[in-house]
Amino acid sequence: MTRSFRLWHYLTRYIDSLLLFSILLVMAVGLATLYSATGGNLTRVTNQAVNMVAALVIMWLVANIPLQHMMRLALPIYVVGLILLICVALFGEINNGARRWLDIGVTRIQPSELMKIAVPLMMAWYFDKHETTLRARDFIVAAMLLLLPAALILRQPDLGTTLLIISSGFYVLFLAGLSWRIMIGLVIAGAGSLPLLWSMMHDYQKQRVMTLFDPAQDALGAGYHTIQSSIAIGSGGIIGKGWQNGTQTHLDFLPEKSTDFIFAVFSEEFGIVGNSSLLVLYLVIIGRGMVIAANASTQFTRLIAGSITLTFFTYIFVNIGMVVGMLPVVGVPLPLISYGGTSMVTMLLGFGILMSIQMHPKLVKT
Amino acid sequence: MTRTIEIRDHLRELHHFQNRLAISAGFVFFLFLILFARFFYLQVLESDRYRTLAEANRISISPIVPNRGLILDRNGHVLAQNYSAYTLEFVPRKLADFEATINELATIIPIEEIDRRRFKKLMKESNKFESLPIRTRLSEEEVARFAANSYRFPGVKIKARLFRQYPKGKSASHVIGYISRINHEDLARLEANKDLANYKGTNHIGKIGVEQSYEKELHGIAGFEEIETDSAGRKIRVLSRTPPVSGNDLTLTLDAKLQEIAERAFGDRRGALVAINPKNGDVLAFVSKPGFDSNLFVNGIDFKNWGRLNNSIDRPLNNRALRGVYPPGSTFKPFMALAGLELNLRTPGYEISDPGYFRLPGSKSRYRDWKVGGHGKVNIHKSLVVSCDTYYYELANELGIDNISEFIGRFGLGKKTGIDIEGEASGLLPSRDWKMRRHKQRWWPGDTISIGIGQGYNLVTPLQLAFATSIIANKGTAFRPHLVKRIQNSKTGEIFERAPQILYQLDLNPDNLEIVRNALIDVTKPGGTAAGAGAGAGYTFAGKTGTSQVISIKQGEKYDEDAINERHRDHALFIAYAPAENPSIALSVLVENGSHGGSAAAPIARQVMDYVLLGKMPAHMEEESVDGNREGAHD
Repeated sequence: MTRSFRLWHYLTRYIDSLLLFSILLVMAVGLATLYSATGGNLTRVTNQAVNMVAALVIMWLVANIPLQHMMRLALPIYVVGLILLICVALFGEINNGARRWLDIGVTRIQPSELMKIAVPLMMAWYFDKHETTLRARDFIVAAMLLLLPAALILRQPDLGTTLLIISSGFYVLFLAGLSWRIMIGLVIAGAGSLPLLWSMMHDYQKQRVMTLFDPAQDALGAGYHTIQSSIAIGSGGIIGKGWQNGTQTHLDFLPEKSTDFIFAVFSEEFGIVGNSSLLVLYLVIIGRGMVIAANASTQFTRLIAGSITLTFFTYIFVNIGMVVGMLPVVGVPLPLISYGGTSMVTMLLGFGILMSIQMHPKLVKT
Repeated sequence: MTRTIEIRDHLRELHHFQNRLAISAGFVFFLFLILFARFFYLQVLESDRYRTLAEANRISISPIVPNRGLILDRNGHVLAQNYSAYTLEFVPRKLADFEATINELATIIPIEEIDRRRFKKLMKESNKFESLPIRTRLSEEEVARFAANSYRFPGVKIKARLFRQYPKGKSASHVIGYISRINHEDLARLEANKDLANYKGTNHIGKIGVEQSYEKELHGIAGFEEIETDSAGRKIRVLSRTPPVSGNDLTLTLDAKLQEIAERAFGDRRGALVAINPKNGDVLAFVSKPGFDSNLFVNGIDFKNWGRLNNSIDRPLNNRALRGVYPPGSTFKPFMALAGLELNLRTPGYEISDPGYFRLPGSKSRYRDWKVGGHGKVNIHKSLVVSCDTYYYELANELGIDNISEFIGRFGLGKKTGIDIEGEASGLLPSRDWKMRRHKQRWWPGDTISIGIGQGYNLVTPLQLAFATSIIANKGTAFRPHLVKRIQNSKTGEIFERAPQILYQLDLNPDNLEIVRNALIDVTKPGGTAAGAGAGAGYTFAGKTGTSQVISIKQGEKYDEDAINERHRDHALFIAYAPAENPSIALSVLVENGSHGGSAAAPIARQVMDYVLLGKMPAHMEEESVDGNREGAHD
């Protein structure tokens, strides 16, 4: 009795129970929705459950690593990630017109996924080093650390991942105290460069933005996704049509219904009541992340915790915004719910870091 | 001094950070409110409008399944075709009690026990919302009868669908293969290859043989129809239509008539036959006996038939010609003889005197010749004609395993030939390395001796034997064996002829080749082991008999054919090519437990060659072909 209790204590000593509990709840919602979205395909649901378990194990491992070690790893991980990205640009495999994967013999890897963690780690590490002597020059260096990988990923092209990496880096800059003047300057410069960006975009990307303003203009092409998902959500009404009863879903009107558009399935079947509950659940996770960030003892851990939490939020906002027709269609999954192993692992790796920050004995700087 | 500044800096940093964090929290909250506002707009304010839209959401895109390509034999006889027929279908999981529905349907349309069994098997294998057929191939009258009663069966539909049919039934079933319903593994593969969109609406996919290996050619490209439907899903009008592109037609190298002659020549015996044109690699006949009826699989085979095929001791589903591996027995000897000559270990004049056994120097155990007392004086010519074992025991001992596996490997034994259907077995040509890897043992000189007469670790497929024979027939030039001769694009009518592909050219001394080839001709002449099969042939043909052991006989024991269980009798083998001077056919025949190559396997080869070279039909089939066309029949 006491023995197994001790084992349990040993296993969970670095696990934040509130965070874990909310994550498991969202995952359960995800599995149920996936079951409905695939029309009862148990193979898919089982695959996803396996993905989740693997990701949870990775989270547990990461949570057990003290942050000093993680700090030491920041630079090497970043450098390796950057080299891999350059390799992708030079000899990556082309799939569906995009060059994202690298064949390393044993398996294929997607280095841009690694950079989602590596970039904020590196930037936080940099700010931690220069904590006491923060100058404008440091922000410029940090911005370079961010823009170099972002440019490489944008070239692949992978707009969704680029946006997520830029935002995760931006959060570090913002939390580290980037001055408001510079930020306003950036916004103006960004607005000014929009026409340039527009001219650089691929045709299909332009199409997606155009459809946002008038989906009906292209009802059976690019606007189809948006129209059908709006209908699914709208027709869900207040309490929804019930689990496995969504007509949009089961009559095959919804595209990508187990991956990027899975929120529409959930929304059709559980209505605004379900949607709001899910948002609250997500808010609990985000809130917990912010509390962990606020209590963190070093600049490095603060910045990392803040950036991970806000990036998690960004995933949610961009995905739901896209499904409800407020944002253009960008390939960003709904965290912990969309089908797929890679994003699940990246996400839980981040939560592992949060737990490690919260649960390891605080280091007091001398 | 500096310390205080640092601490103050830390505090300022922290303060700064918490300040920024609070701003972000506000930002997060604000954006979530916006999302909530959007939900409120869509799901509360505009909900009625969207609900109506969902109800009327009836512009659907439905796939049009392309017609699967035909499969023809080299003379244009149809081996696989499509016909359109009505099926009675419904989605079982949408009905409260589907068993009751079936019972009620049975009162107006005959539904047999076999239909019910098949339906249950389909249910197990299919997705939740898939429409499944309870009856296929409805007659006009049955369609009319159901139509009059359809109001009683909401959810049950009559659909016109295309079906695959194999007019030759059991003939060539292993080669042609069959299509069957797409299962979960097929789906996963289609998804991985990004072919899923093209298979929307397609229910069947090639599972074995040409149907499987040429799936891409045969399937075609799906078309799409944009349809406006009413709220019950009934079609109101078609808005636009992209027609499908039918699959391409395949012409095989197979000759259906020859195939049938060969299959019948086996009678009830189990075995395999592969006939190749050595000049271009065309596979003329590809037999594996017993066969099965490909038609059984198309609409989902029922448990009973499946059990009968799958559990039969004769293993009819196993493609023996492609995947069966057997010791080559004495058919190995021509290759050994060539090795001896080419490596200068034997001359035509070299003679041994055969006491009826071979003994390794310094060893007591005897390797016996099949003929008690031996063959007397034997040179290389006689060694092949009478199939002397002792000659090859000795030769194998002198060559050594390294030379044997290297030289004979060049003829493709123990390796995949690269024929254009999937699932080929590679067999085994043993070597020192292999034994170390597989058995963790070194190679003993004794292991080599039985290799010399094609026993021991040796394993080949009938296809490999035919391929190796074709190399001797063609004086060293090896063509890749292939089954598809021509692909006709259904859209453009363009014809793609598959050019014969030379794999390699063996550099053999013509004199040595001549010695072996002459000996093989004499095998089929009086005094040779296949003299019976050669008698009265209107052409010269070369051959070699073989017998391969199923069970091993202990030292000092005698093999008594009559006393042994039928399934433990030796396999009979025969390889041949004809006309010997300028061959247009090379083949291998295997009769499982047929005992003697000369008496069991060679006569089958003779019937096949008689048809190819002389157009001569076996007596019993000649009568039938007068009676009429057997093509329509399928049993």
